[in-house]
Amino acid sequence: MSLMLVFAAVLAIGAVAFFVGRQRALVQDDGKVKPHSRAHYHGWWAFLLATMPALLLLIVWGVGSNVYLQEHIKSQLPMQTADSPIASEKLAASLTTSLANGLRRLDPQTAANPPASFAELQPQLAARGVALAPDTQDYMIPIAVDANRMQDRLSLIGAILILAVSIGGATLGVSHVQVRARARNNVEKLVLWGLLGASTIAILTTIGIILSLLFQTINFFERVPLTNFFFGTVWDPRFAAAGSGGSEGQFGLIPLLAGTLYIALVAMLVAVPVGLMSAVYMAEYASPRVRAVVKPALELLAGIPTIVYGIFALVTLGPFLRDLSAALAGGTGFIQAQSVFTAGLVMGVMLIPVVSSLSDDIITAVPRAMRDGSLGLGATRSETIKRVILPAALPGIVGAILLTASRAIGETMIVVLAAGVAANLTANPFEAMTTITVKIVNQLTGDLEFNSPQTLVAFALGITLFALTLVMNIFALYIVRKYREQYE
Amino acid sequence: MNIMTETALESAVNDKMNGTPNETIKMRGRKVCVFYGEKQALFDVDLDVRENQVTALIGPSGCGKSTFLRCLNRMNDTIDSARVAGKITLDDEDIYDPKIDVVELRARVGMVFQKPNPFPKSIFENVAYGPRIHGLARKKGDLDEIVETSLKKAGLFNEVKDRLHEPGTGLSGGQQQRLCIARAIAVSPEVILMDEPCSALDPIATARVEELIDELRQNYTIVIVTHSMQQAARVSQRTAMFHMGYLVEEGETDKMFTNPDDRRTQDYITGRFG
Ligand SMILES: Nc1ncnc2c1ncn2[C@@H]1O[C@H](COP(=O)(O)OP(=O)(O)OP(=O)(O)O)[C@@H](O)[C@H]1O
Ligand SMILES: [Mg+2]
Repeated sequence: MSLMLVFAAVLAIGAVAFFVGRQRALVQDDGKVKPHSRAHYHGWWAFLLATMPALLLLIVWGVGSNVYLQEHIKSQLPMQTADSPIASEKLAASLTTSLANGLRRLDPQTAANPPASFAELQPQLAARGVALAPDTQDYMIPIAVDANRMQDRLSLIGAILILAVSIGGATLGVSHVQVRARARNNVEKLVLWGLLGASTIAILTTIGIILSLLFQTINFFERVPLTNFFFGTVWDPRFAAAGSGGSEGQFGLIPLLAGTLYIALVAMLVAVPVGLMSAVYMAEYASPRVRAVVKPALELLAGIPTIVYGIFALVTLGPFLRDLSAALAGGTGFIQAQSVFTAGLVMGVMLIPVVSSLSDDIITAVPRAMRDGSLGLGATRSETIKRVILPAALPGIVGAILLTASRAIGETMIVVLAAGVAANLTANPFEAMTTITVKIVNQLTGDLEFNSPQTLVAFALGITLFALTLVMNIFALYIVRKYREQYE
Repeated sequence: MNIMTETALESAVNDKMNGTPNETIKMRGRKVCVFYGEKQALFDVDLDVRENQVTALIGPSGCGKSTFLRCLNRMNDTIDSARVAGKITLDDEDIYDPKIDVVELRARVGMVFQKPNPFPKSIFENVAYGPRIHGLARKKGDLDEIVETSLKKAGLFNEVKDRLHEPGTGLSGGQQQRLCIARAIAVSPEVILMDEPCSALDPIATARVEELIDELRQNYTIVIVTHSMQQAARVSQRTAMFHMGYLVEEGETDKMFTNPDDRRTQDYITGRFG
């Protein structure tokens, strides 16, 4: 039985348990004793007992039997020797697994008794649309057949076990139904576990991401000294293939970090004042009718994919600024077509709705009593905003700004197109610079060997970026907390 | 001549001693109507507020007491849907005249709200807020003095003199309300409007605020909305009874509570409805 079928069967048993449980609860309620839980809770409890343990077992069994099968295949493969036709045991095992999967496409008779040589088998498989590596060996065929047989046996046992557990759970659940049984509390507890599980997924994923970055980063720093990376002012990772001068390139982080922060700074200089002012306008001055139009329009701006902003910068704004500067100053102009300024400007525009929409929510959340208090003392509207509302909203606004800054630092597509890929170290905002994110993409795409420092540096850059945004977020939280203590 | 002046003085002193009220009319409302959108909340209210007296507004919930109170310093302007018709004067000046500066008006007619609403600033800054925006402190040290006298008048100074720079939100509810009163006093208003100032306070804090109101009467004109009949009787000289947007009757508090003209006032005061 396939896993999908078992899964469906378990759900069906659960559904039956639900209806039986509910019905039983309804029947038991004779109106004399007040039931502890309403009937559908009993149904849900029976459903959960019927499905949850069984599905858990399904997962464990599925994973476990696969691992077991792999080990089984490996143990049957001949010992790896110097003149083995296949480079590694791992590769041999994966070839055998693919072969076994391929055999399943054939009719059962042939699959159980396939021809002994791969040369003969391959056309039959090919006819079924199964493409296999040509270096699949003859000795793998019996192993694959054996593996398939074993897999069938395992999944049959698994299916029986899982269904048994499911039916057992259903019976237990239904038998639990009593007038004073606390089905409602039980369901509540399970819901809690479900919620807890959901939030754990996010945390586990974060940990997983950090670890995967971390291992490759350590790998990188075994080849390239820390000082080269953290204090190097030149970014010039030579191609490993160029060879002659040693594969060691120069992996200076500084120009990239400078570019990242510089572009982010320009973007924030655009986004924060404009975004904040539009938020103040929207929260304090706009009539409901204006607000109903302007706010969604502004948020539409946030929905434009960043690559589109990038195209705008590359095709329209960049050349325009270059020509403008040329017209102003003569010669080729002081603004390059790709520059920190252009990228920052466009990124800033992209971030305006982020700042304004977050700040708008925060400003609107300042209680009306604060406004009344200030207006009632004879303050004007703008005095009220400046002296009462903004200070009260400050922690939230700082949080919003730092959040926006994190986005600016992590932004990639605009920078690739608008600021270029040249890793310059310059203070002139009208020249091209590049950022950490751009270089990560740069180093990971292209046909470099994965295990070379040229590729691995991407992970070191990634973790640096991660640390940067993490520190910023922690700082944001710190500020928010500090002011909150003072204000509430 | 001399004798005349002396007798005049004497009679003035006597008036004060006997508690004969000053009958100057500070604010005058004529045919005040208020609309929230289509809905009319106040109908042709004629009500006078006398100088250096406490006027209490009473009446069942939703009858328009707060609405009337907010008309007196044009706080209704801050509600988008609200529209005011009729005439209200302060010292015989129409406060809804387009030439009037609303901001200045609100400095002259201060307001204390139902829920204490100190700003998220220090105690000092809370009281200094009004004087700062109105530029009342000319010399250095003036501000300190204004803050101190305002806090003293509000009967809060002794409790907070060692923590002037701690947040005002850290005070107890009763202290917060007195802080808000100090904040309103600090701009030296002529009239103070109070919308159920004690509804969030316990009896002890309420008693203190009531004492305070009685003291403030010497220098300010006070209009107070209250749901407590005892409070109205204790602190006010005149009482106005509202019902469903209409002013039912208005008069000296003693008379209102002992011998009201209107059945509804009688019923409300004795707790038969509301
Ligand atoms: N902002 C507003 N928008 C629309 N209607 C309002 C608004 N404020 C008050 N009203 C309406 O106006 C009427 C009078 O309200 P008001 O707040 O003046 O009553 P109140 O006498 O102060 O009552 P309470 O004793 O409960 O405070 C009520 O019917 C109320 O629903
Ligand atoms: Mg009210």
